[in-house]
Amino acid sequence: MSSLYDVIPPAAGADVPVRRITVEVNGESRTMDVEPRLLLVHMLRQGLELTGTHSGCDTTSCGACTVLVDGRPVKSCTMFAVMADGKKVETVEGMGTASELHPVQEGFKQEHGLQCGFCTPGMMLASKALLERNPNPTEDEVRWALSGNLCRCTGYQNIVKSVLWAAEKMRNDQPQEA
Amino acid sequence: MSLDEIKIGGMGASRRRVEDNRFIRGKGKYVDDVVLPGMLHMEILRSTVAHANIKSIDTSAAWEVPGVRLVLTGEMMAARNLAWMPTLSYDTQAVLATDKIRFQGQEIAAVIADDPYIAKDACAKIVVEYEQLPAITNPFMAQDPAMPIIRDDKENQPTNKIFDWEIGDKERTDQAFAEADVISTIDLHYPRSHPSPMENCGSIADYDRATGKLTVYMTSQAPHIVRAAVAMVAEIPEHQIRIISPDLGGGFGNKVPIYPGYVISILASILTERPVKWIEDKTGNLISTGFGRDVYLNGQMALRKDGKILGMRMHTISDHGAFYADAQPTKFKIGLMHSTFACYDVPAAHLTSEGYYTTKAPGGVAYRCSFRVTEAMFFQERMMHAAANDLGMDQAAFRRVNLVKDDMFPYRTAFGFLTDSGQYDKCMQVGMEAIGYDNFKAEQEEARKRGKLLGIGISTMTEPLGAGNSREYDIIGIKMFDSAELRVHMTGKAILRTGAKTQGQGHETTWAQIVAHELGIPADDIVVEEGDTDTAPFGMGTYASRSTPVAGAAVAMVARKIRAKARKIAAHLLEVSEEDIEWELGRFYVRGNQERGVTIQDCALAAYSNIPDGLEPGLENNAYYDPPNLTWPFAAYFCKVEVDAETGVWDVLQFVAVDDCGVRINPMIVEGQVMGGLTEAYAMANMQYITFDEEGNCIGANYMDYLLPTAWETPGFELHEVVTPCPHHPIGAKGIGECATVAGPAAFVNAVMNAIEHTGVRNVDMPLMPNRVYEALQTGKDVSGMPPVKVG
Ligand code: FES
Ligand code: FES
Repeated sequence: MSSLYDVIPPAAGADVPVRRITVEVNGESRTMDVEPRLLLVHMLRQGLELTGTHSGCDTTSCGACTVLVDGRPVKSCTMFAVMADGKKVETVEGMGTASELHPVQEGFKQEHGLQCGFCTPGMMLASKALLERNPNPTEDEVRWALSGNLCRCTGYQNIVKSVLWAAEKMRNDQPQEA
Repeated sequence: MSLDEIKIGGMGASRRRVEDNRFIRGKGKYVDDVVLPGMLHMEILRSTVAHANIKSIDTSAAWEVPGVRLVLTGEMMAARNLAWMPTLSYDTQAVLATDKIRFQGQEIAAVIADDPYIAKDACAKIVVEYEQLPAITNPFMAQDPAMPIIRDDKENQPTNKIFDWEIGDKERTDQAFAEADVISTIDLHYPRSHPSPMENCGSIADYDRATGKLTVYMTSQAPHIVRAAVAMVAEIPEHQIRIISPDLGGGFGNKVPIYPGYVISILASILTERPVKWIEDKTGNLISTGFGRDVYLNGQMALRKDGKILGMRMHTISDHGAFYADAQPTKFKIGLMHSTFACYDVPAAHLTSEGYYTTKAPGGVAYRCSFRVTEAMFFQERMMHAAANDLGMDQAAFRRVNLVKDDMFPYRTAFGFLTDSGQYDKCMQVGMEAIGYDNFKAEQEEARKRGKLLGIGISTMTEPLGAGNSREYDIIGIKMFDSAELRVHMTGKAILRTGAKTQGQGHETTWAQIVAHELGIPADDIVVEEGDTDTAPFGMGTYASRSTPVAGAAVAMVARKIRAKARKIAAHLLEVSEEDIEWELGRFYVRGNQERGVTIQDCALAAYSNIPDGLEPGLENNAYYDPPNLTWPFAAYFCKVEVDAETGVWDVLQFVAVDDCGVRINPMIVEGQVMGGLTEAYAMANMQYITFDEEGNCIGANYMDYLLPTAWETPGFELHEVVTPCPHHPIGAKGIGECATVAGPAAFVNAVMNAIEHTGVRNVDMPLMPNRVYEALQTGKDVSGMPPVKVG
C-alpha cells in the first residue's frame, strides 16, 4: 500500500508537472505523484478515496474539509497536497476503528450532534484537537474552538454537548494517577 | 406481558440515530462521494454580468485544452430542444443561455473533461462577448416602463410583471376598517436569503446506450418529481430513468428545484457515452440556485379600542428573479402567504399580491418554510407588535385577547384555512413563565437606569404544514400525497421504503419508530430506504415539513395493513376466529386468555411457511396517504435581548421556545429540528443577507459576504413542549421542521425593537446588522431595506 499510481488518474497532457510526495495518512505511509496545484482535500477524496473529508466551500470558510495535520486542525481546501509532504494527516476515517469509536464520535451520536452529517467529520476533528490540548474545556472554549466550522442543521447546541460528553468520557477513561 | 415501547425504540423514544453510524465514521455517501468507472467531470461557465445580450461565445480555446471531451453551449442544447426547461411554477428557465443573460451567474456553457481541474481551466478559456443592458435589481425598477423587458423570449409578456393575485373578502375587510377605532400600519422588507446547505448541488448522469437506461445521482429533495420532469424534458421514457438521491448534506428547500446543471450533465452523458459528474462550488450555489423570500410586505390592521382585531389587509410585492421558478402548489401564486394570521381570530381579511421579474437568480423556494409561510408569519408578528404599541397594550395581553381559543376548533380562518387543534393560551403561559415575562418591565426600567437597553419580543403562530390534501395541493399537476412500502421478512425483520427523502431529519430512525409503534417489531429490526426511484414508491419528497404529516402517516397506514393481515394469520395459528383475537404491542392473543398468543414475528414466519387456506403468502404491502387537511403546529417564542447603544450590536440574553407539534415520535430529533431552525431564524434576523449592487452583482456570493452564524455567535435556546395531538393524523403528529425558522425571526426583531422603540423607531428591516440598529438609535427613524430609489 505504498504506491498510488493506479488510483491517481494520469495527468492529461505530458507537460503537466508532477511532484512525488510521501504523506502519512491515518498511520499509513502513502507515496504519490501529484500536480503541485492539487489541493490536499482533493488528494484525500479523489486520490486516496477517503471521502469522509468533505468539501463545502473550497475557500477556507466552512470547515467541512478540516483534517489534522501533525495534530493541528487544518482546512484541507486551503493547503496544497505538496505542502503535506513528510507530514502526518489524520482524517475522520482514522479517528476510530470500525468497531471501536473515538469518544468524540460516540459523543456526537449520543448527544445528537449531527443531522445531515456533512459538517460532522470536520467538526469532530476540530473537537478532537481541542480535547487533546484542553481535556476539560468550558462551553465557551468549545464554541470558540469550533467557530471555524459551520453547521447549517444543528444550531450547535448539541455539538457543544457532544464535545463536553466526549471530554468527560476521555477524562474518566484516563488511568487515574496513583 | 406487553412490550415496553420505549425499549423497542417505538414512539416517544429518544432513539439514537441509525444514520449516524455511517456519518460519524466518514462513511456517508453524498453525491460527490460517488465514483463511477470512466467518469468525466463537468464545470459550468457562469455569466459575470446581470443583464446582457450575448453577442458571441467562442469556445475554440477550451476545446484545445488537453483532456477536454466536450464543450456545450446553448446553441447545442437548442439543437436538441434542451436550451429551455419548465420551472415548477409553469414558467420556463434557460438551461444554457442562447439569446440573453438574465442574471449574474446564469449558465452559459459547460466543459466536460477528464478531471475537474482541467474542466475549470478550459472554462476560463471561453470568451463571451456581451452587450450590456441595465440591471433591474428590485420590483420597483421592474415596474418602470423605461426599463427593458427581461423576458423578451416570451410571448404575451409586455411588462416585467408576472402576476397579480388576490384572496379574501375585500368588501368585508373595507367594512371592518370603516368601523375601526384604531388603524395600525406596517411596511416591511423580507430580504433575499439563501438556504445554503453545507453541501452544494450536484449530479452524476450515467446514460447507458446499450440498455437505454439513464441513471442520475442527484442532490434532490424530491427525486420522483425529477424523474417525471426528466421524462418530459429529455424525452426518455420514465421507466428508463432512475434518479438516486443518496445522502444529502442539507437541503432546506434549496434542493427541490431542477437546476440547469442536472440537465446539462444528462445531455453530456448521452453525448459522451460516459458518466458525467457535476459538482457546483459554493459561489455557484449561492448566486444561481433557489433563494428564499425577497418580498415587500405592507399592511394595515383594523382594531377596536379594547384590543380586538376587526380585520387586516396585506399587500405583497415579490421579486422572483429572471425566471418564475417558485416551488409551490399551482393554485397559489405567492405560496401560502394567506396563512397569515391563522392563529388569531380575525373576522375579515384581504390579500393582494404582485410578482415581478428582475435580473436576479430565480428561486422563491420554500427555504425551511411551507411556501412563503415564513414571510406571512413574520408580517403577522411584526404587525401584531406594531398594533399592540399603537393601542398602548401589553404585547402578550394583546395576543392573548386575539388568539383562537381552545373551544373554537375547528376554526375557519378569514382566508379559508381550517385549523383544527391547539392550546395557544397554554403555550403562552408556559413561555411567559419560563422567560419571567411579568417581571420584565421592571427589569427593563432598572437596566435603562444603568444605561442598558433591554428588550423582549414575542412571536406566536400556527402554520400550515404537510401539503396535501391533493384536492388543493399539487406540484406541476402532481397531487401532493405520499407513500410507504413495508416488507416484513420471514424472521420478523423488515424493510421500509417511502416517497420522502431525508436530508438530515433522521427518517431512517423515526420511520422505524412508527413501525415499531404499530407492529411491535423493534426499531432496530427495521431498515429504512429512501431516494431511489427504482425501489421507492412514488412520493413527492421532503420539504414544507411534509414528511411526518404525509409520508409518516403513510408509514403508519401501511403498518396497519400489515397488522390486519397478520391478524388473520394469528387466528389461523391460534385456531380461533379472527373476531376472537386481541392485539397488544407486538402480539396477538385469544380474547379472555392472554397467555395464549403469537408474536408478530410468529405471524411473519407463518406468512412464508404456514399460510392459511385462501390467504396470499408473504407479508408486505404499500400505502398511499392523502391527508384530509394540513397539520397545524403552534409555536410561542419569547426572546430577551440587550442592545449596545454605542455600537448597535445586540445579544440574546434568553430565548424560550414553546412548540406544540402534536405527538413527538422522537423527542431528541424534534428538539434538534427546533434548535437548527432557531439558528437559521437568528441568522436571518441578524446577518444572512443577499443583496445586489446597481450593476446587478450579487453581494453575498461567498461565506465572507454571506454570513452564517458559527457556534460562537449562536445563542442557546430553552425548549418547552405542549402536546395537542393532530386530530386527523394517524399517530397525532404535526410538522415541526420549520416552525422555528418561520416563527423565530419576528421574536428576535420584536425584541430588538422593544429595546429601542423609546426613540420613536417603529421598524428596522432585517437583517438587524449593527449599523442599522445604530442608525435607528441615533436618528429615531425607521431603517428600511427598501431600495433607495423608488422608480415609476
Ligand atoms: S471546504 Fe474547506 S473550508 Fe470549506
Ligand atoms: S449536520 Fe448538517 S451541516 Fe452540520
